Amino acid sequence: MTENGFHYENFKRRGRYTAVFGVMILALLVMAFVNINTGTVDISAAEIVRIIFAGQTEETKYQIIWQIRLPRILMAAILGGALSLSGFLLQVFFNNPIAGPFILGISSGAKMVVALVMIFFLKSIGSMSSYMLIGAAFAGALISVSFVLLVSKRLPNMSALLVAGIMISYICSAVTEFMITFAEDTDIVNLHGWSQGSFSGMNWSNVRVGSAVIAAAFLGTFLMSKPIGAYQMGEAYAKSMGVDIRSFRVILIVLSSVFSACVTAFAGPISFVGIAVPQLTKLALKTSKPLIVIPASFLGGAVFCMFSDLTARMAFAPLELNISTVTSVFGAPVVIWMLVHREKEKQ
Amino acid sequence: MTEYYFRTEDLKVGYKGRALLENIRISLKKGEILTLVGPNGAGKSTILKSITKQLRILGGNVVIGEKDLSRINYRELSRKMAVVLTDRIRPELMTCHDLAATGRYPYTGRLGILSREDEEKVEGAMELVDAKDLGGRLFTSLSDGQKQRILLARAICQEPEILVLDEPTSFLDIKYKLELLDILQRMAKNQEITVIMSLHEIDLAGKVSDKVIPVRAGCVYDYGKPEDILREDFIRELYDLEKGGFDPVFGSIELPRPLGEPETMVISACGKGIPVYRRLQREGVPFIAGILYGNDVDYQLARHLASRVILAEPFEEISASVYEEAREAAGKCSRIYYTDIPWGSSNRRLLRLLEEMKEQDGIECILFE
Repeated sequence: MTENGFHYENFKRRGRYTAVFGVMILALLVMAFVNINTGTVDISAAEIVRIIFAGQTEETKYQIIWQIRLPRILMAAILGGALSLSGFLLQVFFNNPIAGPFILGISSGAKMVVALVMIFFLKSIGSMSSYMLIGAAFAGALISVSFVLLVSKRLPNMSALLVAGIMISYICSAVTEFMITFAEDTDIVNLHGWSQGSFSGMNWSNVRVGSAVIAAAFLGTFLMSKPIGAYQMGEAYAKSMGVDIRSFRVILIVLSSVFSACVTAFAGPISFVGIAVPQLTKLALKTSKPLIVIPASFLGGAVFCMFSDLTARMAFAPLELNISTVTSVFGAPVVIWMLVHREKEKQ
Repeated sequence: MTEYYFRTEDLKVGYKGRALLENIRISLKKGEILTLVGPNGAGKSTILKSITKQLRILGGNVVIGEKDLSRINYRELSRKMAVVLTDRIRPELMTCHDLAATGRYPYTGRLGILSREDEEKVEGAMELVDAKDLGGRLFTSLSDGQKQRILLARAICQEPEILVLDEPTSFLDIKYKLELLDILQRMAKNQEITVIMSLHEIDLAGKVSDKVIPVRAGCVYDYGKPEDILREDFIRELYDLEKGGFDPVFGSIELPRPLGEPETMVISACGKGIPVYRRLQREGVPFIAGILYGNDVDYQLARHLASRVILAEPFEEISASVYEEAREAAGKCSRIYYTDIPWGSSNRRLLRLLEEMKEQDGIECILFE
């Protein structure tokens, strides 16, 4: 095992992977614990353990933990992971490190259709099921993606892609605002909190549906790691390695839309997680191997969103911030740093 | 027809339904090397992209083995054919070992995890292209020449029956140019891998190829043996050369001869004149070369660079008429460069010419060393 041989390098890398995963899992556990432990109502650690492992009681503390804090924490973790993977898939697809569901207008598209369905169909149906919400968000995500794809086909460069995304995002927001203006009062209240992005008000049925959909999409993404790895070398080489590019691209877009639709349906649009987390994960791992990066990005997104949600809840408690406010504060500098770094690399 | 491994039948290629080149006919046996030569923009890459299924074929057929290319799916093709493209790739955070290992893609399982055997093959390929030390380095940090070698290693890992390379020698220095072509030649002969590539260096094309196919915008010629194709007049036509020329003997390209009325003469033999010619060409001095034997190596360059060559029949004594011709030409010159020449019985007249000129006023005779 020589110092500069690739065996040594591979050995070093395996060590690094293990360390990064270890740190992430530890961070996840710490975040989960701190999250349960934090809130306007103080509950001691011993009590939490007792409540989680004991059977049902009628105490308020039990209700707070089981009905409010736990589902919220779980959803923040699951949706954070989904958001991060959605960004990762888009970055692969567009071969562009700052692609993400928020910046490409996919979250806004999803939001628009969800708002539309809420305002116009809510009265006749009563309340929307989780699946219906996801379905509406998925349709909206696809609308935005197809618009961005159309533009990127004609103007295949990085800035055109981003401009297209930002434009579609404005258009969708305008349409949403327009609909809210003409909607009835109760809907507005309902929509307004949600459309800013928040993990509050999650229930166990949300968790069940969300985790089922995201688990399926995660599995799909993980099984795509081999062609994703080939695609990182460019379309031509991927083809020569036997990747069926057309179906590969469709699968990539569908998976990424499922992820971001799920997030938007439950928590509204959340910015920057999709861009920042996969990039930071790759840098931490020092590899872009999808087999490693996919699960790591999911974990990273989960940790990041739990942390952001905690900050949103606690920074100005009892006032609660939008989740996007927090993710932007941490995510935007990462994106700016990446842009600068990329320019430097080109020179 | 079974002996041919790779065939095209009236192949028509182009972009977006518009045909660029038609009637491309190629037949190659296993282990043969075919080189596409021709000017930039002629469509060499278009042909290579079409036969690798990167571009849709507009007409005709490509047959690999016994099967039509259109009936071979990408997965099947990836076990038969590997490519080295001119596309500039920038895979982030990928080491050279990772990149070469992507060549094992068609052979690994669902998740693409390398087996012991795969690892050994990657290592072998890296060794073959002399890139073992680069294994742990990031691909993006390499020089263009190193990248090209890693891409070749990647293609070797794919264990193809047919290898397609688009201008593989660009960016390589002469050492690696030679090594690359040597590897290709060995792979072709030892492992019966069919190689199809495009090259800019016509001289190298003549050295490494079994077959050459000239390609020019709108026109594909018949393929043939390099010695039949790479002739001076044909290369002139193919590349539309107006100035300078191509020498098939040396495989070298030559700059155009200096223009004007020559007032300088070069008397040389046995290759000693070549540096003189080159210097005069650089300085833009037109000159007469002679008396040269048709089999002298000086003659091969003189015919490209000299304004006039005074030629004598090989193995004969220089004839009186040639001597007279040279004397007349030399008389009009103001300067004569001569080199160290072995004087023998057949070139006595050349010696006499030189002595005579040394005697004359107004002619400066300079020994070129």
